[in-house]
Amino acid sequence: MEWASQLCENRHIGSKMTDSKYFTTTKKGEIFELKAELNSDKKEKKKEAVKKVIASMTVGKDVSALFPDVVNCMQTDNLELKKLVYLYLMNYAKSQPDMAIMAVNTFVKDCEDPNPLIRALAVRTMGCIRVDKITEYLCEPLRKCLKDEDPYVRKTAAVCVAKLHDINAQLVEDQGFLDTLKDLISDSNPMVVANAVAALSEIAESHPNSNLLDLNPQSINKLLTALNECTEWGQIFILDCLANYTPRDDRESQSICERVTPRLSHANSAVVLSAVKVLMKFMEMLPKDLDYYGTLLKKLAPPLVTLLSAEPELQYVALRNINLIVQKRPEILKHEMKVFFVKYNDPIYVKLEKLDIMIRLASQANIAQVLAELKEYATEVDVDFVRKAVRAIGRCAIKVEQSAERCVSTLLDLIQTKVNYVVQEAIVVIKDIFRKYPNKYESVIATLCENLDSLDEPEARAAMIWIVGEYAERIDNADELLESFLEGFHDESTQVQLQLLTAIVKLFLKKPTETQELVQQVLSLATQDSDNPDLRDRGYIYWRLLSTDPVAAKEVVLAEKPLISEETDLIEPTLLEELICHIGTLASVYHKPPSAFVEGSRGVQHRRLPARAGSGESSESPDVGQPVGAVPDTPPAVIPSQGDLLGDLLNLDLAPPTSSAPTVTPSMQMGAMDLLGGGLDSLLGGDIAGSPAMGAGLASAPVVMPASLGAPVSSGLDDLFDLGGGVGMPTGAFVVPKTIWLPAMKAKGLEISGTFARRAGVIQMELSLTNKAMSVMTDFAIQFNRNSFGLAPAGPLQVLTPLSPNQTTEISLPLSNVGPVMKMEPLNNLQVAVKNNIDVFYFSCQYPISILFVEEGKMERQVFLATWKDIPNDNETQYQIKDCHLNSDAATTRLQSSNIFTIAKRTVEGQDMLYQSIKLTNGIWVLVELRVQTGSPNYMLSVKCRAPEVAQLVYQCYEMVLKN
Amino acid sequence: MSASAVFVLDLKGKVLICRNYKGEVDMAEIDHFLPLLMQQEEEGLLCPVISHGHVHFLWVKHSNLYLVATTNKNANASLVYAFLYKLVEVFTEYFKELEEESIQDNFVVVYELLDELMDFGFPQTTDSKILQEYITQEGTKLEVAKTRVPTTVTNAVSWRSEGIKYKKNEVFIDVIESINVLVNANGSVMSSDIVGSIKLKTMLSGMPELRLGLNDRVLFSLTGRDKGKSVTMEDVKFHQCVRLSRFESDRTISFIPPDGESELMSYRINTHVKPLVWIESVIEKFSHSRVEIMVKAKGQFKKQSVANNVEVRVPVPSDADSPKFKTSTGHAKYVPEKNLVVWTIKSFPGGKEFLMRAHFGLPSVEKDEMEGKPPITVKFEIPYFTVSGIQVRYMKIIEKSGYQALPWVRYITQSGDYQLRTNQ
Repeated sequence: MEWASQLCENRHIGSKMTDSKYFTTTKKGEIFELKAELNSDKKEKKKEAVKKVIASMTVGKDVSALFPDVVNCMQTDNLELKKLVYLYLMNYAKSQPDMAIMAVNTFVKDCEDPNPLIRALAVRTMGCIRVDKITEYLCEPLRKCLKDEDPYVRKTAAVCVAKLHDINAQLVEDQGFLDTLKDLISDSNPMVVANAVAALSEIAESHPNSNLLDLNPQSINKLLTALNECTEWGQIFILDCLANYTPRDDRESQSICERVTPRLSHANSAVVLSAVKVLMKFMEMLPKDLDYYGTLLKKLAPPLVTLLSAEPELQYVALRNINLIVQKRPEILKHEMKVFFVKYNDPIYVKLEKLDIMIRLASQANIAQVLAELKEYATEVDVDFVRKAVRAIGRCAIKVEQSAERCVSTLLDLIQTKVNYVVQEAIVVIKDIFRKYPNKYESVIATLCENLDSLDEPEARAAMIWIVGEYAERIDNADELLESFLEGFHDESTQVQLQLLTAIVKLFLKKPTETQELVQQVLSLATQDSDNPDLRDRGYIYWRLLSTDPVAAKEVVLAEKPLISEETDLIEPTLLEELICHIGTLASVYHKPPSAFVEGSRGVQHRRLPARAGSGESSESPDVGQPVGAVPDTPPAVIPSQGDLLGDLLNLDLAPPTSSAPTVTPSMQMGAMDLLGGGLDSLLGGDIAGSPAMGAGLASAPVVMPASLGAPVSSGLDDLFDLGGGVGMPTGAFVVPKTIWLPAMKAKGLEISGTFARRAGVIQMELSLTNKAMSVMTDFAIQFNRNSFGLAPAGPLQVLTPLSPNQTTEISLPLSNVGPVMKMEPLNNLQVAVKNNIDVFYFSCQYPISILFVEEGKMERQVFLATWKDIPNDNETQYQIKDCHLNSDAATTRLQSSNIFTIAKRTVEGQDMLYQSIKLTNGIWVLVELRVQTGSPNYMLSVKCRAPEVAQLVYQCYEMVLKN
Repeated sequence: MSASAVFVLDLKGKVLICRNYKGEVDMAEIDHFLPLLMQQEEEGLLCPVISHGHVHFLWVKHSNLYLVATTNKNANASLVYAFLYKLVEVFTEYFKELEEESIQDNFVVVYELLDELMDFGFPQTTDSKILQEYITQEGTKLEVAKTRVPTTVTNAVSWRSEGIKYKKNEVFIDVIESINVLVNANGSVMSSDIVGSIKLKTMLSGMPELRLGLNDRVLFSLTGRDKGKSVTMEDVKFHQCVRLSRFESDRTISFIPPDGESELMSYRINTHVKPLVWIESVIEKFSHSRVEIMVKAKGQFKKQSVANNVEVRVPVPSDADSPKFKTSTGHAKYVPEKNLVVWTIKSFPGGKEFLMRAHFGLPSVEKDEMEGKPPITVKFEIPYFTVSGIQVRYMKIIEKSGYQALPWVRYITQSGDYQLRTNQ
């Protein structure tokens, strides 16, 4: 009890020294005593004193006051004492930077010691002292040690370069240490090579663009040679480094794989996983018809299975990675179901992971065994595990159709156990089974209804309510059942409230006679007594639907639902690829990209799998899509996980195919004519007929053929510089307030809201980006899908500083109208992709057509008249604008600020007739007659245009401009 | 890349000793570790990775200690766990037992080891036999001038020092096969495999080159030899001394062995084995009154062989009391702290069948909480026999001094993870 006795002794001494005139507390008295001992002449006493100091340090006492005395002991022949003093220095140098300088001389001297152990010890320790002043003195000794004759010193010096780089990167570069480090990759000693690789990888990780590792076939060859000779840890460094390399072709890829596969037989699990990472990545480049590809697939399974006999923590890492591998290449482990069977003494985290993999591997071939196992698990005691097992049975039913019946009967057996959480879980999954196999298993509803009272979890209640509503016609007392839920309506969670509302509406539509009272009750609860806007909105929608057109309501509410897909919880393919490149690391354990949990990892490139040979796509390809080679054999559709599924269900009822619900479709009559293609020619042709504005119209006409992009670019510029035309510059144009386009929930914490504006002839997309995640967001970029008017970002999305959590940034993105064109529905729909360091997100938004109204939209009177006559009457659409209290002059001014120009005004019998013209960015003219009746708040609007599709949008624009 | 710092904590979360390797994670972060762990445990969501803000704790537990590594990077998690287990191994070899006291009693050596085992988060020399050549517990005896780094540390052969001498050169080879079985409650075998291990005790002088020959089916088919029984090994794992590329190319197991005891290789065989000790059980629980247990054990192996130290562990409810036993052989014992009946049979010949009956009382007031359904587990050892039929065909030993050395081989089959589920 060396330790304890020292501590006792210290305490004893302390109490003796309490009245010391220099130190007031017992603790400091002890320090005084130690000081004396440290300065003793006797070597043995000195060493004992240093040990006491270290003991105090270890128990967390502050002994920094002894710094000079301890440093004085540094010059010693005793190795143990030297190590202890070094240890002390590492701990306290930072708090005593000035005194730490005292140690420099000894360090420098030790770096020249004849004993390599001392040289290495000195250079190792010096690197750990993070004090700038010391760092300067480290350079020369380090330079010597990097070239030391002893490999033990060289391998230590190699690591020291990484340490120094962490403290002062510039210094390391200036001193040329990086080059020396690179040279060490060719060292004759494998341990030196391994540490040099580790150090370079570490430095490269913090400087992703430095191209430090500069991997090429020659250096790769050296690494592969060292791989056979270095320690297990060195092998991991080298394998992890290899994983960053992208072979030039499939032959190189194969030859590297061949030299890496022997590592799969290493006893160290971490070596095996790092080898698996390299193989999984490089395999991507091998042609699938290659014999070697099949051989490799076969070689991967046994080592992965063996990892399951490792220590539980390593098993856990292995299982999380197997989960990824099974998603990426299901063929590898498809015959290994049994090894994932759960053992009674497995830790809970291993159990849950095994269960997940079991479901992924479930197939017709093994389903009987899997089900028997799952049933066994469902009778265990661990609540989380049991729940997951029950859910797994449901997922099996959905995944393997042939097993559905057996799954349902297993679930019914489980419901009979009456174990509360088992019953609830079972009901939730049975709902999904009903969705997947409609009209097949409804006979079990009666059994489910028996358990209605025991359900206390929102998800289970909501699922049960959904079932009652969906099958109301087969449940005699459906009204009673739903009514019973209604009593405590306001105490239910939103999920249940929404579901109850929908279910009762369904019931009403199915059995209108008996349930009128019930439906009124729920509608009033939802719309009048609730604070929840979602609930209120849904209530109102149903109410209006039911009161205006019950037939349409039936078509909407009872619309056929799309089938749910087989696989759930799949990782999105680009993320999966990135995670495969991070096998064995925390990212693969969390199933999150490193950027999501590592601070300051901005600028770090997302790792990508290399493309298969011959696909012609480079791995650095910045586009969003998957490289051709990365497409899994049968790409399963990703559907939301269980949690989202219900939300999905709830919303389904509201979004039926438009065709089946004519009343909710806006009365837009889309002509079959291609607005921007063939129709354009005729439009322009019409204009040419004596139009002075012809030149301008022609110049800004969109050119669909990409070959002639020149013209639109210049027209875009014209637009930009055409400020002169705006003497009464329309700065007052109305801008819609920002709305949320992309909720944070759907975009891993990124919330985007925005609006559009036209300012000084430039279309602006005004965005607010809010970071609602926990980590910093960087690397923003934006892209539009092809759209009706060829809108495209005129420049990059400039987010100057990284977006910290909870920070919002406002950006105005100028748009051009020379992008690729594709007719959208609705016409003003814009599909946007926004990328950041975390992922790529998609959303769509609609822009007001007024942003397309150009400043030179004022038509000559004569031309107006001619054009009006020329456009066939079929193309005229009339609208009524109600409740508008502006007089015609005010309306004129307001409209003009949105580039709607009044060409003439006529007053007939107290009615003002305004004739107005609008020109869109693509050269389409819109002619309008606006009738304002004095004293009446209702305007009449007639829109004439060769492209009648825009009329509706123009009308909306009038509504907006005039009423705001 | 790897650990930023490594901590050894006691069960209360107090830091016993620690080493900051990279300085990028605040050392005070460790204070969050135990509270978070407790919270997870309470929620039943224990996990070997815990995160707090940007700091991730990767931990393992050993006796009354937590070994924790911290990082704020995307560390190689498998490397970190492998390293933590290596720490346990090295400390155990140094201090016999790794526990709170041994850490405190040897803190100077622990610091020295931590300094040598890892540098800036990169694991370095972790072979305890080699470490013991230059880091010892008798530190006082070491004078600077005399202590040298053994060249072994940086050699390609980093596991064996030069100049080892034995009067009598011998190698003892133990082939140990463990049977893992999972049997369903209705008696069908859900999964079974064999995990074999070949252990060496090497007492050889100099730097001997060894070659081990097994009746490996892949090797036989490679060499065209087809006589005698051969074994298909599903997956093989080797000690780092074995030349992996050589094995990959021609299935030769060639190596320079570490001195003393080591595990040369392990392998896994997937063939369906008949459970060597077959158990049939009837457990009848009469609520509020009693539990009656009948267990039949049958030796499903050759009559000539004998299983030694057979233990059949049968779970009983935690509130059972007043045990009564009747056995046809061996003796049964109630272990209340583990809720088990342990039926021990010292010697169990092949083909024989034995019976054990147990009777427990149950309290009239039942406990509320549900109990799990632990399986019956079995332990046994059958010497002179391997289930898979694997055999050491030869062990060639070549040393430049040309001495004659003798290999000795022992075979043993034992139970591994041997579980039979019950209905109760």
